[in-house]
Amino acid sequence: MPYIPHTPDDVRAMLERIGVPSIDGLFDEIPAALRVESLPGVPEALTEMEVSRLAAKRAAADGSPLNFIGAGAYEHHIPAPVWALVTRGEIYSAYTPYQAEASQGTLQIMYEYQSMIAGLAAMDVSNASLYDGASALAEACLMAVRAHRRSKSARILLPETINPVWRRVARAITEGQGLRLETLACDPASGCIDPARLAALSGEDITALVIPQPNFFGRLEDADALTRWARANGALVIAAVNPVSLAVMKPPGEWGDGGADIACGDAQPFGVPLSSGGPYVGFMACRMEHVRQLPGRIAGRTVDAEGKPGFTLTLQAREQHIRRAKATSNICTNQGLLMSAATIHLALLGPTGLDRVARACIARTGELVAALTQLPGVRVAFPGPRFHEAVLKLDRPVAPVLEALAADGIIGGFDLARDYPELGDALLVCATETRTRADIEAYARALGRVLGRAAAA
Amino acid sequence: MITRKPEPLIFELSHAGRGATAQYPAAEPSGEVPPGFRRRGQPPLPEVSELQAVRHYTRLSQLNFGIDTHFYPLGSCTMKYNPRACNALAMLPGFLGRHPLAGSATGQGVMACLFELQEMLKHVTGMAGVSLTPMAGAQGEFAGVAMIRAYHRARGDLARDEIIVPDAAHGTNPATATMCGMKVREIPTLPDGDVDIAALEAALSPATAGIMLTNPSTLGVFERRIVGIARKVHEAGGLLYYDGANLNAILGKVRPGDMGFDVIHMNLHKTFSTPHGGGGPGSGAVGVGQRLLPYLPVPVVGREGERYRWLDERDLPDSIGRLSGFMGNTGVLLRAWVYMRILGAAGMRRVAEYSTLNANYLMARLAEAGFEPAYRDRRASHEFIITLKREARELGVTAMDFAKRLLDHGYHAPTTYFPLLVPECLLIEPTESETREELDGFVEALVAIRREAETDAATVKAAPHTMPVRRLDDVRAARQLDVAWKPVTA
Repeated sequence: MPYIPHTPDDVRAMLERIGVPSIDGLFDEIPAALRVESLPGVPEALTEMEVSRLAAKRAAADGSPLNFIGAGAYEHHIPAPVWALVTRGEIYSAYTPYQAEASQGTLQIMYEYQSMIAGLAAMDVSNASLYDGASALAEACLMAVRAHRRSKSARILLPETINPVWRRVARAITEGQGLRLETLACDPASGCIDPARLAALSGEDITALVIPQPNFFGRLEDADALTRWARANGALVIAAVNPVSLAVMKPPGEWGDGGADIACGDAQPFGVPLSSGGPYVGFMACRMEHVRQLPGRIAGRTVDAEGKPGFTLTLQAREQHIRRAKATSNICTNQGLLMSAATIHLALLGPTGLDRVARACIARTGELVAALTQLPGVRVAFPGPRFHEAVLKLDRPVAPVLEALAADGIIGGFDLARDYPELGDALLVCATETRTRADIEAYARALGRVLGRAAAA
Repeated sequence: MITRKPEPLIFELSHAGRGATAQYPAAEPSGEVPPGFRRRGQPPLPEVSELQAVRHYTRLSQLNFGIDTHFYPLGSCTMKYNPRACNALAMLPGFLGRHPLAGSATGQGVMACLFELQEMLKHVTGMAGVSLTPMAGAQGEFAGVAMIRAYHRARGDLARDEIIVPDAAHGTNPATATMCGMKVREIPTLPDGDVDIAALEAALSPATAGIMLTNPSTLGVFERRIVGIARKVHEAGGLLYYDGANLNAILGKVRPGDMGFDVIHMNLHKTFSTPHGGGGPGSGAVGVGQRLLPYLPVPVVGREGERYRWLDERDLPDSIGRLSGFMGNTGVLLRAWVYMRILGAAGMRRVAEYSTLNANYLMARLAEAGFEPAYRDRRASHEFIITLKREARELGVTAMDFAKRLLDHGYHAPTTYFPLLVPECLLIEPTESETREELDGFVEALVAIRREAETDAATVKAAPHTMPVRRLDDVRAARQLDVAWKPVTA
């Protein structure tokens, strides 16, 4: 019996102790009419060997194409120690640290993680992670409404330049609580938030402005000016940032005059594999004045009965198991395993390694854009400073081009046709430090073939 | 291996100029951020060698209890063995390296697994459709209540804004109802552990959107009148939500769909053995009956002939929408798929049978040893409660003291002080993967602690004594908030 250790002798002895004749007798409180005797539709058992073979065949079928998509999930080098350590049973098979004395490892990792995230974002305090970046943005919107007591409108400005799926998730999660998420238009020339649209809203009751940095198109928003506008208009600032960029870019805590109020995003680029979409790890940090509105687990350093330093979950009065219907969120746990991976990843890279990763991303994306725009019919949609993504315009529909590239083993980017039809035939591409010059040349050659033209000399 | 040696913070090991340089990308090419966007100075991250980092996190891991190291009978958490095969196969390069937006042409392998998982979950719960996208139990709950809300709204039944929740429910139930913009109505539980039907009838009204039930409940007993409850709620125009926290107890023996539930969330990290990871990732897949099919969160895997593709808002225009950036915690879903394929139909029924056998055996042995089960006349489900109110009264030793002393005996504590209805309670869930010897050892430990409490209560009250730290000052943690290390500035 897979994963069940009982011998026939065990079962006999145990039933005798309980005083029932059979295991079925233990289910005698369940109305007989409800009980099922089999599970048609569920296949019969396979051995580990058989499942391994099936899984290996399917994984191999998915192959290992050369990837040039970002769009919210980023391929980075993951140091070998990261997953060797987090799959140790003491981390992998532990639960949330309710018994603090038997969970000091998990709690100290949480504290170190919180310190790293707060430091990267230049914010006072971080929670111990949320599910992913999209749901972290939704929680940030809810938090802003709780934190900003003077604002009565529950209006949150969500720019078009933020990940469109994150916008949809924020809508789905906040809808029941009556938040008004308003789309803030993009300047079609720059690919950034349109300052004129923002100026038109001056003087209105706005609870918070969301500022993506870099934005979904890879462009750098004028975060300082946007933060100043929000301050001048009494709105909180929610920063939605790529955490790798924080190695080299001005952190949310230093934007404008006084910085953002809440910073959130997805820490997947720190040691978490792409893994076909998850599990990833959302992060959220804030200014100390908002800490009681921060959702999710928080670890704190304290002392034990002998005065020795130790760690425990703290500020639990915010949480569902205490506050029930009045909790800050229904969230129970954090994204412990991935949070641990992110912490170890950052400890290994340190400030120098992370700085190199960020700079290599910027450089490789620059090379990619240069190589692809050599091809006739390919041009940059939004000139200006960027991080590690860029929008390219093609002279024909993107979808068939991507299909043809995929047949060549290249995942060429993310087609923007569905989310941004007004951009025409637009393709979002990304190159991280994992793409080499040879990779980029291979992509350019393949795209050249697909477009049916040689690269311009 | 638990050690008492304290481990410094990673920041305290740091020396400027040190690093795990094998992990850095090459120094070239190196891009630059325009001046106005630049960070001043480096972020405060540690600078340590690769060995220092490996040793530090290995040592930290040794300050933890996990299922792999200790019996972990945490009630309502289903801390069963997490088979290593599940991890190994979910981390095959083809699955692990795949970008979620790479297109279904390159994702047929992973989608085949996810489609099979959806189908298996449908069959074991008796539901008409499943969405795998919720990323935790709490998000599954959110999806469930949001679907109930969407259903009533689509029918123009706008006055239904109340969710009924028994007082024994997990705190997420009322918190979720609030997040969905619903009002919460709590109803009491009878002394025998079943729902108070009269109170339920009094609570039902044209404002009832639905009821959230856990069955077996958090009291560790099966709600015997569930069919009648379902009829009453449906007659009042409400829907029934099944909190899957305790699905392990009935897997393959009785199905929530057959009991009359309209929507269920499953905790794949409990019933289907994906790792708890120190508190996540979870996975809160939802299943629905026919009425709620149009509202399932997207995306969902669809099959067209031999091909799989993601069904999204265009296929399910009435969906409550998206809850995650991509398609949920795929890596967790793959682990659950491996587990279910290895168990097969018969193995799933054995999960319920042997987890129930272990719980009833443990309850019987503790009762023989003089401990007081909270529901002595009921069958235990896969978990049960003992109340230590007599020990607290006569010996001055509380459930918390027992819990802490158990750590010294090498057992993780059961859930304490939950559910709130039972004073001085331990909620004990042994799971099917534990041996009889392990359960016997746990009984002996509790008996030894009680004996110690009779002669030396102070030792029990000061426990734990062998853990890396003694009891922690939670009040100080909250009042003198220290939640992030700050660099010492010169």
